[in-house]
Amino acid sequence: MSQTATEPSATRRPDAATLLGRVAPLVFLLVLMFVFSVLEPRFLSELNLFNVMRQISITGLIALGMTFVILTGGIDLSVGSVVALAGLVAGALNKGSSANSLSLDDTVAAGYPLIVSVGAAALVGLGAGLVQGVAITTLDVPPFVVTLGGLSAFRGAALLYSGGGPISSFDDTYRFWGQGKIGPMPVPVIVFLGFALLCHIVLRHTRYGRHVYAVGGNAEAARLSGLNVRALTLSVYVIVGLFAGIAGFVLSSRLNSAEAVAGLGYELTVIASVVIGGTSLFGGIGSVAGTVVGAILIGVLINGLVLMNVSPYVQQIIIGVIIVLAVAFDRFVKGRRRR
Amino acid sequence: MARESPPLLALHGITKRFPGVTALADVSLDVRAGEVLGLLGENGAGKSTLLKIVSGAQRPDAGTITWQGETATLATPHQAQQRGIVTIYQEFNLVPDLTIAENVFIGREPLRATGLIDWPRLARDTGDVTRRIGLDLDPMMSVRDLSVAEQQMVEIARALSMQSRLIIMDEPTSALSETEVARLLRIMDSLRHAGLAVIFVTHRLTEATGVCDRVTVLRDGRLAGTRPVAGLEMDELIRMMVGRSAEQLYRRPATRRAPGPVRLSIRNLRTEGVTTHGTVLHGIDLDVRQGEIVGIAGLVGAGRTELARAVFGADPRAGGRIEVDGSPVRVHSPRDAIRAGIGLVPEDRKLQALFLALAVRHNFSIAALGQFLSFGVFVRERAEAEALEHYRRTLKIRMSSGEQMVVNLSGGNQQKVVLARWLALKPNVLIVDEPTRGVDIAAKAEVHELLDELAGNGIAVMAISSELPEVLAISDRIITMREGRITGDLPAAEATQEKLMALMTLAPVDA
Ligand SMILES: Nc1ncnc2c1ncn2[C@@H]1O[C@H](COP(=O)(O)OP(=O)(O)OP(=O)(O)O)[C@@H](O)[C@H]1O
Ligand SMILES: [Mg+2]
Repeated sequence: MSQTATEPSATRRPDAATLLGRVAPLVFLLVLMFVFSVLEPRFLSELNLFNVMRQISITGLIALGMTFVILTGGIDLSVGSVVALAGLVAGALNKGSSANSLSLDDTVAAGYPLIVSVGAAALVGLGAGLVQGVAITTLDVPPFVVTLGGLSAFRGAALLYSGGGPISSFDDTYRFWGQGKIGPMPVPVIVFLGFALLCHIVLRHTRYGRHVYAVGGNAEAARLSGLNVRALTLSVYVIVGLFAGIAGFVLSSRLNSAEAVAGLGYELTVIASVVIGGTSLFGGIGSVAGTVVGAILIGVLINGLVLMNVSPYVQQIIIGVIIVLAVAFDRFVKGRRRR
Repeated sequence: MARESPPLLALHGITKRFPGVTALADVSLDVRAGEVLGLLGENGAGKSTLLKIVSGAQRPDAGTITWQGETATLATPHQAQQRGIVTIYQEFNLVPDLTIAENVFIGREPLRATGLIDWPRLARDTGDVTRRIGLDLDPMMSVRDLSVAEQQMVEIARALSMQSRLIIMDEPTSALSETEVARLLRIMDSLRHAGLAVIFVTHRLTEATGVCDRVTVLRDGRLAGTRPVAGLEMDELIRMMVGRSAEQLYRRPATRRAPGPVRLSIRNLRTEGVTTHGTVLHGIDLDVRQGEIVGIAGLVGAGRTELARAVFGADPRAGGRIEVDGSPVRVHSPRDAIRAGIGLVPEDRKLQALFLALAVRHNFSIAALGQFLSFGVFVRERAEAEALEHYRRTLKIRMSSGEQMVVNLSGGNQQKVVLARWLALKPNVLIVDEPTRGVDIAAKAEVHELLDELAGNGIAVMAISSELPEVLAISDRIITMREGRITGDLPAAEATQEKLMALMTLAPVDA
């Protein structure tokens, strides 16, 4: 846990190793940024850095919710499909119909106001999380299996809903949330960082946050301490669903288009962000700050490789290797501290 | 006994520091082949740390290790094992779904020419070692079906099969019943006669004086002395450990309170056989009065823990009524129980109570967080830390700070953190299941005093303990149980170990 001031260490200077453990993902990120800035001067340009942030803001949002889930020792594989479904629903409400842009009817039908789109996207995510959370807590099916089912089912629902084609060309207020800027800051980045701060406060300073760590740390002890483990477990799936729903809206806004194949493979990026950020897949250990750093790390990696014209195939290989290395580094540092 | 032989293992000037604590300072000890060495000391004295250094799990900051007269490094558990040093941990390293035989010879199974496992030979070889320690079980039984004591014996069998020279056991008796303890001590004796060396840690001094040739005592991370057991006075031993004599330790108030009205009333409590714990409860009736400590005695399988868990809502009940302060309460979960003012200090702190990777402060406050909230949401960390500080002082919890991970506390201090968690809740009824497991004698006396104080403040206390002297020391009234039924109920003043033993084992169980 990042706030533990006196963890063990093999060295005489406790603080050095403890500090290193706490900031291991950050160190990794800085090294990576340094390497890229040497190899490719364009990397450090202000425009490019904001670009990176904009790119990670959507998977980053989901990763915030995923942090709660993984802290309890769970997992959610369905987030990418929920993104697609929520984006479609939000987009259709903005357009006033779910007719996709392949259909000839190009009249600007009277759509619903923004708040309806956003609310609906959030509700879709919340509903998806609720259904899966109930299945996990009452049917006693492992989260991996339930959400693997969700991965397929919600994608299917998205395809069914959209009829296969994209829904595009939204109004200005809608597009603002994905494409707009406040000063130099892209709006989705502000949304991401704002929610990150909120999640940080919830996990670190509220009773609910304490309970999440407790359930992940030792579910039986949590139950015997009077915690409602079922409700808590259920709640984290609702939270990640909610974030996936909001992310679906933001993504459709940024692309000015919603389609059923949006968010394909997001679960990998999202889970990688959380785990690279130092959250343990076994639950009970991790932080939002770590997740933010993890998300940025992946964004920087992809961006740097693109700038250097590395082929997308090679990119995938490199990203895979880096994910493993980053976690290995984190484990190594923490392992030293345990000794 | 091979008194004159050179030491098998000798440690010189071992020092080990952790941030904020010096766990060991300049400690030396030696152990000879054919000897059982007891390692004693208060909670946090450094016993486990020393054993971890010998078993290669931790490395000392200073000092030398000599093995059979030659300087040796024990940098990893593997290196230690290759020299024949085997550690039997409190959490067993067994694979529950494999058989006894597979566990004993894991990674070293005898093979046929075809490369497949030679099962008959595996079973035979396992039988050979297990019989040496009197474990009379089918080698093809799955380890999952064994009791804690039997699993421990499987670990010892594995150690024997590896030709080990030195066997290390950290508090091996703390989770065992009295008969099981006796059996383990007999095994240690036979290991000694087979020429092995044994180092073992215990907080029960009679065990140490019963089986050890010598004892080494640590105090505050320093060597307080090593003495042959022959001719050693119990009082001197205690003084070495705590720096005080025994009379100053055990202070049981001579005058007991007059118990008040009934606070906890249990009527016809029953469970069904499908619950996680073994013993089925058959219609338990029990009252605990305000200011009263009711001790529950019984052998393993008597249903004591099952009773505690059923009252606390941790396991489902098949029927029965529970009343607190005269009004019926619906307890279907620990959450309900806590709301009704009932607390439970569970039997196994690692599995049932602690969040090992979390800070002491978070472990302490988890059940009582409601007291430390502002706006009903945010944790007031200052108030939380102050409350912890209060209990740190009353319970003398040894820790470098509230932010320390609880896994880094010594076993006894972990137990105190769990106690503090429940005290902070200020319950009306407190059930404690083995409250002093792994707690040193001085702290044990403190816990006893504390329970007494709680009762004095009007709390109804139900205390389960496998140690009869402890039950006798703390209770106002003692209930004995056997096979899920109450077999006796007598005032502590009239109880003796013999009487209790008879009620626990012989009393007819009326169906
Ligand atoms: N990894 C660690 N990090 C920090 N402090 C530690 C660590 N391990 C042990 N300590 C501290 O070192 C001291 C000695 O601990 P140790 O576990 O050896 O005590 P012990 O004698 O085995 O006590 P007990 O009888 O309660 O088991 C304690 O103060 C403990 O908090
Ligand atoms: Mg210990």
